[in-house]
Amino acid sequence: MEHSRINELKQIAAKIRLGILEGTHAAASGHPGGSLSIADIVTYLYFEELNVDPKNPKWDDRDRFVLSKGHTAPALYGALAYKGFFSPDELKNLRNINSFLQGHPDMKGTPGIDMSTGSLGLGFSAACGMALAGKLNKKDYRVYSIVGDGESQEGQIWEACMFASHYKLDNLCLVIDWNGLQIDGPVAEVMNPTPYDTKLEAFGFNVISIDGHNFEQIEKAFKSARSFKGRPTAIIAKTVKGKGVSFMENQVGWHGSAPNDEQYEKAIAEIKASM
Amino acid sequence: MAEKIATREGYGNALVEFADDYDFVVLDADLAAATKTGIFKKKYPERFFNCGIAEGNMMSVAAGIASTGKTVFASSFAMFAAGRAFEQIRNSIAYPSLNVKICATHAGISVGEDGATHQCLEDIALMRSIPNMTIVNPADAVEARAAIKAALDYEGPMYIRLGRLAVPVYNDPATYEFKLGKGICLKEGSDVTIIATGLMVDMANTAAKMLSDEGISVRVINIHTIKPLDKDIILKAASETGALVVAEEHNIIGGLGSAVAETVCESCPVPVLRVGTNDVFGRSGKVPPLLELYGLTAESIAEKAKLAITMKK
Repeated sequence: MEHSRINELKQIAAKIRLGILEGTHAAASGHPGGSLSIADIVTYLYFEELNVDPKNPKWDDRDRFVLSKGHTAPALYGALAYKGFFSPDELKNLRNINSFLQGHPDMKGTPGIDMSTGSLGLGFSAACGMALAGKLNKKDYRVYSIVGDGESQEGQIWEACMFASHYKLDNLCLVIDWNGLQIDGPVAEVMNPTPYDTKLEAFGFNVISIDGHNFEQIEKAFKSARSFKGRPTAIIAKTVKGKGVSFMENQVGWHGSAPNDEQYEKAIAEIKASM
Repeated sequence: MAEKIATREGYGNALVEFADDYDFVVLDADLAAATKTGIFKKKYPERFFNCGIAEGNMMSVAAGIASTGKTVFASSFAMFAAGRAFEQIRNSIAYPSLNVKICATHAGISVGEDGATHQCLEDIALMRSIPNMTIVNPADAVEARAAIKAALDYEGPMYIRLGRLAVPVYNDPATYEFKLGKGICLKEGSDVTIIATGLMVDMANTAAKMLSDEGISVRVINIHTIKPLDKDIILKAASETGALVVAEEHNIIGGLGSAVAETVCESCPVPVLRVGTNDVFGRSGKVPPLLELYGLTAESIAEKAKLAITMKK
């Protein structure tokens, strides 16, 4: 990827991060930590990888994206807004009773959302269903799904992995957001799901490990996934929870709490300084 | 005596019958031989997907397929569909109102020998409490076929409750008419109304004959669609006969009996007595003695009907 394009993507990711902070601050609730950790991957997906049309969100042949870790919807909403599915002005209305930006993704209410998610473990199975339907209908679309590292403690994730592998869903790409923290503490202490690489390989996946904040590595991984045939691909993305805001990075407390006024000002100043 | 066919058999045959006219796929969780989706699998293997023993995954996969515009039938036993996969049905299928037809077989005590873990007596209560969900409980194989046709013509999630046991086919396929959400008055009467669903409809007819021999005029209503409930037919029966008995192969808590009681309480309060399992788990056994043991008989319906009449004001 050209250096200038990387810079453009970084700018978009920064705008998405500002939206995450703006939305959770205005709502005084939400999940900034895990939203910030996936911001770069979601940016790459919507601005490089996915074949989608903001003017025709339900287009039959579109690529699909399922945010299985649905609580990090603010990152997805930002990507959809800056892609043109709806106005970025809406981002400040996150979780508001009059807004279509629900606390967790709602496919019926929000343009561009392909599957309602939020209850952990369910989204990736739905992505498998979409990929299977793509094969069945002889469509060329691809399906992407981000699963949280904590979320992988749900048994259904592994049921879905078995399914994806059994039906040879090479049009499906799983991304594990390995930020290392969940509500109750470090994932490795709460209930350690690692190693991911050998587990996913044993489940039949083509496994790629990357730094989830490095656009060159993200690009290489998704390109490799696209050309890999016969089996589904899993990208294990090592990320930083709270990425981009110094006092949120790697802090478990920022899983599900919103910044107050002072923290918000400090956080956006840091993001803006990086732009 | 009428021919006996299980409603699950009617379901499997209907899938094959409608396969060429409708665009749908069928999912199962390693019970295709028992749920009768195997009949479809044999004829249309490319449209059948086994999900293995993973019902939760199956329901969310069904949602994903349905999101692309295809109708999906997803089958397992009622216990593992409505029970095990309740949350996947609620959040993946019903919340976005996707076009998935959950066809759950082996519902109720008539599972028989497998016993309590497999005798699902809570599924109507569970499914009834989910917004966007439509629930159909066919009484015989003819009604099951009609329910599958109606499911194909209806856009949205549906739970269809089917039985293991071969039951008398009393509907005439040539004349039977199924209207989703509409109860069927099988017999007019003025002293009391028996409202029944599924397996209990045949017993309700028998109970009505027994009571008629005693000079009691009984109305019999078959409610195949439990949600949305046909309030008109129920309120009319309440106001015209003044007492109701509701019979179902389900816990008396949360099922059709509850739905009828809720309806008449709000608009036309009359005595409503319930015939069902009395908030207990089942056990292993042959079906006829099991039905007897749990009071799911024409005799107990008749007894409750007489009691209901004495309670009229």
